Amino acid sequence: MLLINCPWCGERPEPEFVHGGQAHVARPTDPSATDAQQWAEFLYLRDNTRGVYAERWRHSHGCGRFFNALRDTTTDHFIATYKAGEPRPAPEAAR
Amino acid sequence: MADGSLQPILARTPVRIEASRLLRTLRPLRRWTLRGGPAVADAIQAAFGVAAPRTACRSAVNEDGSRAALWLGPDEWLLLAEDDGAQPGDPEAALRQVLAALPHSLVDVSHRQVALEVSGSDSALLLNSGGCPLDLDPEAFPVGMCTRTVLAKAEIILWRTQPGTFHVEVWRSFAAYVSAWLAEATRGLTE
Ligand SMILES: [Zn+2]
Repeated sequence: MLLINCPWCGERPEPEFVHGGQAHVARPTDPSATDAQQWAEFLYLRDNTRGVYAERWRHSHGCGRFFNALRDTTTDHFIATYKAGEPRPAPEAAR
Repeated sequence: MADGSLQPILARTPVRIEASRLLRTLRPLRRWTLRGGPAVADAIQAAFGVAAPRTACRSAVNEDGSRAALWLGPDEWLLLAEDDGAQPGDPEAALRQVLAALPHSLVDVSHRQVALEVSGSDSALLLNSGGCPLDLDPEAFPVGMCTRTVLAKAEIILWRTQPGTFHVEVWRSFAAYVSAWLAEATRGLTE
C-alpha cells in the first residue's frame, strides 16, 4: 500500500487521503477585471506534467488538513510533502 | 432523541457481538468537537480537567479517567466525558465560560457517534484483519495515540487506551456495519 507522509500525522496509508488537484494555482486577485478567457483558464486548465508535479492532497480520514506534495507522475513516488502556504521545495533538495 | 447507546442499533441487526470476548460496546459518553487555536487548547484545562494535547495524534486523560481530550487535527479535538447523569449540563457550561473570550467552536456531538471497545491480545490483529490499514505495532501506535482513520469503508476514530485495548468511535449510522465487520473478523481468531 502506498504510504503518504502527512505533514501533521506522519506516514499514513493512502486510503485515508483524497487527491485535490494541482497545487499553487493562484486565484486572480481582481476577478472582475479578468476576461472570460483568463477566468476559464484559471477554472479549468491544469498542467498535465510527465514527471515531478506539485499537487494538493487532503488527509480527509485523518487530521482533515489540505497539504501539498511533489509526486513523480511516472513512478507514483512522493518526493516531498509540505504544509499549505509553504513554498514548493526544489525537487533535488527534497530527494 | 437518541440515547447514545448502541443497543437499539444492534437489536435491529442479525449480528450478536456481545458473544465475543474481543468486542464490547461502551457506555454512553458525552462528546464535544472543539475547534480553535493553541489558546483554546490550554484554556479548557480549568473547566475540563485536562488541556487539549498539542502533539499530533495524542490524547490526554484526567486523573480518574473520566474525561479525555483527543487530538484530531491541528485545531480540532474530540472531548469525551463519562455521563454520570447527575449534572448533564455541567462540563459544557464550564467549558463555555472559560472559552467565552476566545474564538472557538464547541459542538455537542454526544449522539452522533457510539463507542466500541476492542480488547485482548489479538486486538491489533483483529482491527487490521477487520480492514484498518494503520500500523498498529506498539512502536508505531503506542498507548495514548488516537486518530481518525478508516475501518473497511467506514470512518472511525481509533484510540489505544491500553496495550491491548482500543477505543473505537463510530458514527451511529455506521455502527451496525462496523460491528458486523469486526464480529465477522473475530470468527477467524476465536475458532
Ligand atoms: Zn494528517
